[in-house]
Amino acid sequence: MKVALFVPCYIDQFYPNVAIATLELLEKLGCEVVYPLNQTCCGQPMANSGFEHLSKDCDNNFVDNFKGFDYIVSPSGSCTLHIKQHLHGADNQASTHIRQHIYELSEFLTDVLKVEKLEAKFPHRVGLHQSCHGQRGLKLAQMSELVAEPFSKTERLLNMVEGLSIVTLDRKDECCGFGGTFCVLEEAISVKMGKDRITDHTKHEAEFIVGSDVSCLMHMEGIMKRQGSSMKVKHIAEILNSPLTPRGGI
Amino acid sequence: MKTFIDHATASTVFNKDEAHVNWHDETLWFVRSKRDKAVFQIPEWEQLREAGSQIKNHVLSNMHDYLVAFEKKATENGITIHWAADAKEHNEIVYKIIADTAPQPPEGELKSDSKTPPLGVGGLRMVKSKSMLTEECHLNEFLKEKGVEVIDSDLGERIVQMREEPPSHIVLPAIHLKKSDVGETFHKHLGTEKGATDPQYLTEAARQHLRDTFLTRKVALTGVNFAIAETGGFVVCTNEGNADMGVHLADVHIACMGFEKIIPKVEHLGVFLRLLARSATGQPITTFSSHFHKPREGQKMHIVIVDNGRTKQLGRPDFRNSLKCIRCAACLNTCPVYRRSGGHSYHTAIAGPIGSILAPNLDMAQNADLPFASTLCGSCSNVCPVKIDIHDQLYKWRQVLVQEGHVPTVKKLGIQSMASVLSSPIFYRTAGKLGRFLMKNTPFVTNNNLNVWYQQRDMPDVPKESFREWFIREKGKK
Repeated sequence: MKVALFVPCYIDQFYPNVAIATLELLEKLGCEVVYPLNQTCCGQPMANSGFEHLSKDCDNNFVDNFKGFDYIVSPSGSCTLHIKQHLHGADNQASTHIRQHIYELSEFLTDVLKVEKLEAKFPHRVGLHQSCHGQRGLKLAQMSELVAEPFSKTERLLNMVEGLSIVTLDRKDECCGFGGTFCVLEEAISVKMGKDRITDHTKHEAEFIVGSDVSCLMHMEGIMKRQGSSMKVKHIAEILNSPLTPRGGI
Repeated sequence: MKTFIDHATASTVFNKDEAHVNWHDETLWFVRSKRDKAVFQIPEWEQLREAGSQIKNHVLSNMHDYLVAFEKKATENGITIHWAADAKEHNEIVYKIIADTAPQPPEGELKSDSKTPPLGVGGLRMVKSKSMLTEECHLNEFLKEKGVEVIDSDLGERIVQMREEPPSHIVLPAIHLKKSDVGETFHKHLGTEKGATDPQYLTEAARQHLRDTFLTRKVALTGVNFAIAETGGFVVCTNEGNADMGVHLADVHIACMGFEKIIPKVEHLGVFLRLLARSATGQPITTFSSHFHKPREGQKMHIVIVDNGRTKQLGRPDFRNSLKCIRCAACLNTCPVYRRSGGHSYHTAIAGPIGSILAPNLDMAQNADLPFASTLCGSCSNVCPVKIDIHDQLYKWRQVLVQEGHVPTVKKLGIQSMASVLSSPIFYRTAGKLGRFLMKNTPFVTNNNLNVWYQQRDMPDVPKESFREWFIREKGKK
């Protein structure tokens, strides 16, 4: 199975460990992973700001890099959703194929690889931050507003990790306030929303805030560091890829 | 043009008092939680939403026929129907009905030198129950200038009216106020004891004050929740019974409605009345759902049907279904931004996510900030009882507002340069490398107050290499 890895721009630049963990995890699970070297961004920063028309070149570059793969996998629900909904490169056929074959990581592990067990260990209390685009857009988990059976693809995977326990939050799917350019255009609300999410995790004694979108985690991490909080953020790829024995151990 | 503070600035002010923001957030989250409890008792809730949505879609596609049918039936029932193209016409129609009803012709009285005539002279007085349409049309201000004394009879509306503030929420108009604020307002306007905060005492004072109003006003205005084409009747939902108290004792009943309030049949109330109160407050049904069909003997009944931009919105394929809204405010209660910015930050009659997709239709320049006052989290669309795709419309309004030139030049330039960096692999990699180098070696470039991110958040740690650099290096080893 030939899988192309899409690493969103801010992960490439600031959180390479998340991309490394994603790559290692996919390889561990038997995928042949290709990393197209000229990839940049999904175009969401422009589009969500109202400048969808300026993301055309970005779209074309994306299509050039990702056409012709069986699957495209990304450690970001938000960027994946954006491609699924808004990728319209000049090559229409290739764009359609990409839109239909791009998966967020936990979605890919659950629905395509049908992972039932993982050899991973992370003996910590974690709080799961359900990022909105992954949850409400890609339906990675049931939404608290709907009268429907609960499920969570991300939580199911985390439960396969030895030693990990998930805390119950007061508001299990409230937005953290990142919101792309919202985080600077509406700074006051953005930060307040982030602080309130962090408090929910702190109150339930989580050691880590775990999520499937680094953008949300980066926003909350920025606030936590400023607060001097001892809580840390981790992307699910880093946890699902945590070795049973620590690296360099035994 | 009315001056206003944009949403981001107003929210910054609102957030100066963090304890108050916490209280506001918790209060509205409590309403959202009540809604959850109520709807989870209905196994068929999602089907009910779908039914509500489809009925409304059908109405939007057959608006003309249903409005004509409604007018015909209502007229047969003895109700006078008025059509208003815009807010001004609506206000003038209402004023004319009040003036025609007044015991003394107001003409002479109004010719005084005073620019703002004394209120209520010559019997120009009206009691009004809750109607967001009249807020949208700024009816109270209009009538005040004409010398008409209007008393809002919904308790929350009466409180904000005394304070000369607009409602901050479409169902809970005074939700931004605490008991102590109400105590202070009533002390000033109703003569209650200074410092009183006991809700029972304050409510009793309001009740006595309103009772006198109900007994003496000859004209009563109500909103309309649902107008039924099949019967020519309409339904008004309240929890305080104030609409009924007003109209039962008045000689004239004026009901004002946006034309989208129409539903085809009586049986459809079985869908909408179940959806409305559960979504709004978590109640199975509003305490009073009053059905009006014709004037009682000796009474006159008028319905004012208002367009005010609705036809235009109906003609916008991407935004027409915002007209399905039944004004339950569930999207306000669930909105994490609304809960932390307060209704007044939206500077429109209808606040919150639904207001942000309705307002640009009325005035793009004035309301260009509102579709950006959202993280596009999507919770609003999920709670909407008639399944309006609110967050998708917020995204689409952003595109329209940029295309129409309603975005600041600084932002435009910023996004243009971002687009050129992100469209070119080489430019992107160079910029990324340079950015990381600067952040590491000259942190003051980013760690200063000009960087909005940095004001309350640290920058991420700078890794020694990008993923791409790592990948090429590792691959070289193999």
